[in-house]
Amino acid sequence: MERLVDARGLACPQPVINTKRALEEGGAGTVITLVDNPIARDNVLKLARSLGCRAEVEEREDGFAIRIEREGAEIASSPADDKKKTVDAGTEVLVLIPTDLFGQGAEELGQVLMRMFLYTLTELKERPAGIILINGGVKLAAQGAETVPFLEALAAAGVEILVCGTCLDYYGLKERLAVGTVSNMYTIAEKLLQAQRVITIP
Amino acid sequence: MGPGTLSQVLREITHLNQDPRLLIGLETTDDAAVYQLDDQQALIQTLDFFTPVVDDPYLFGQIAAANALSDVYAMGGTPLLALNIACFPTCLPVEMLGAILKGGADKVREAGALIAGGHTVEDEEPKYGLAVTGLVHPDRVISNAGARVGDLLILTKPLGTGIILTAAKAGLAQQDAVARIEESMATLNREAAQAMLAVGVSACTDITGFGFLGHLHELAAASGVMVEVAAEGIPLFPAATELAQMGLVPGGAYRNREYLAGKVAFAPEIGEELQDVLFDPQTSGGLLISVPQGKEGKLLAELARRGVSEARLVGRVVAGSPGRIKVVPQL
Repeated sequence: MERLVDARGLACPQPVINTKRALEEGGAGTVITLVDNPIARDNVLKLARSLGCRAEVEEREDGFAIRIEREGAEIASSPADDKKKTVDAGTEVLVLIPTDLFGQGAEELGQVLMRMFLYTLTELKERPAGIILINGGVKLAAQGAETVPFLEALAAAGVEILVCGTCLDYYGLKERLAVGTVSNMYTIAEKLLQAQRVITIP
Repeated sequence: MGPGTLSQVLREITHLNQDPRLLIGLETTDDAAVYQLDDQQALIQTLDFFTPVVDDPYLFGQIAAANALSDVYAMGGTPLLALNIACFPTCLPVEMLGAILKGGADKVREAGALIAGGHTVEDEEPKYGLAVTGLVHPDRVISNAGARVGDLLILTKPLGTGIILTAAKAGLAQQDAVARIEESMATLNREAAQAMLAVGVSACTDITGFGFLGHLHELAAASGVMVEVAAEGIPLFPAATELAQMGLVPGGAYRNREYLAGKVAFAPEIGEELQDVLFDPQTSGGLLISVPQGKEGKLLAELARRGVSEARLVGRVVAGSPGRIKVVPQL
């Protein structure tokens, strides 16, 4: 598979970001990045090298075409990987949970509702492709939280659980993460933009 | 603007300065102009402004002011007065401009100077900085032209702000790495300057847009000496080399590298990512000080005592072709 990234006219560091995204999403295959200046060319070459990819530059009239070969490793084979791929492809639903309480009102009720919500997700046939935990939501994935078993069940069923690393740091929970993958705002923002539908828990 | 383009443009006006009272003008590519008033006093004048490097307007104001004040410190002077220069679009909330100016004013007050006025124009992109006036004794001006063979070189802040800011723009920088450079960029070079004045040094410049090697080259060329840089001693912000390796190198670093082609020689052990950091344009970087041999320990101790804890010995001045730089693993 060959993917084209047209980064002509884009300011630094955008060509690197766009190329990185294409390499991460595409699995094995070739990414060709077009750039219109030598700075972008050199930065994209550095990126390719840092990711262990082979890269060749072809000089063109309006700039450079950088051909980057990504080998093996990331081809989806297991069902979980398939699921991950659909998140990337933007065909599924994402649930964004920015709080450990479901809704506004009594705190205790909010906790109960959040537990019920996550439990119910495990029971439903139609599941989201991913759950993103940010801000207070990261507490739901910390050791000792009553919601951990439900999140584990969802993860086992192929739901991608992304947990905001900055938020874990903020709440001092980094060492106590029980379920999910630590992620960053770059990935989270990208997923949100690509999802077909995002459901935010109030 | 890159150093090559700039020196070309300035060639047109350099010869116009014939007044002996202008102790330091355009000729030696120094940090600020110095004009002698009488036997006891000389004025230092400098101006610096740029587009936002961080999202927080108050922090941006602080960084821009620390950066502008730095030129006075690098000349061994004391800042007295500052004038704001700001560009601001009509489409952004005016409170944001207020926060930028507040950040600048607070930093100027911290420096013991006053904001005496300023000028704001409408522009598509915000820009902020200051024109700063300082005072120095004419005999105690520390120029970038005084480095002598045998001197040792000390750098007072780590390198890598340009690369980390580029990575932050891409959402690829760790938050603690960004927090580190923000704190450093907003830190005045005052304590570093007082340490060098207390010890007595040969030359000084501050590290900004032309990068460590660009400003080092200017110092070496103005002083008519060659320098050796020891890579192992160079203070670096965490993650700077890793991010450079990923291609998050700002255009300014490439322009600096291009300008210095033929003037810098790297030992084979010096990797490309470290070279990128050495060419990386710095915002509100540290002072680069040339100190006579034998005084370096005293200077490092004085810097540490004043809280400039990341200052390191980074090289030495040697005889050789003026302005040439050799980067080696260790001295």
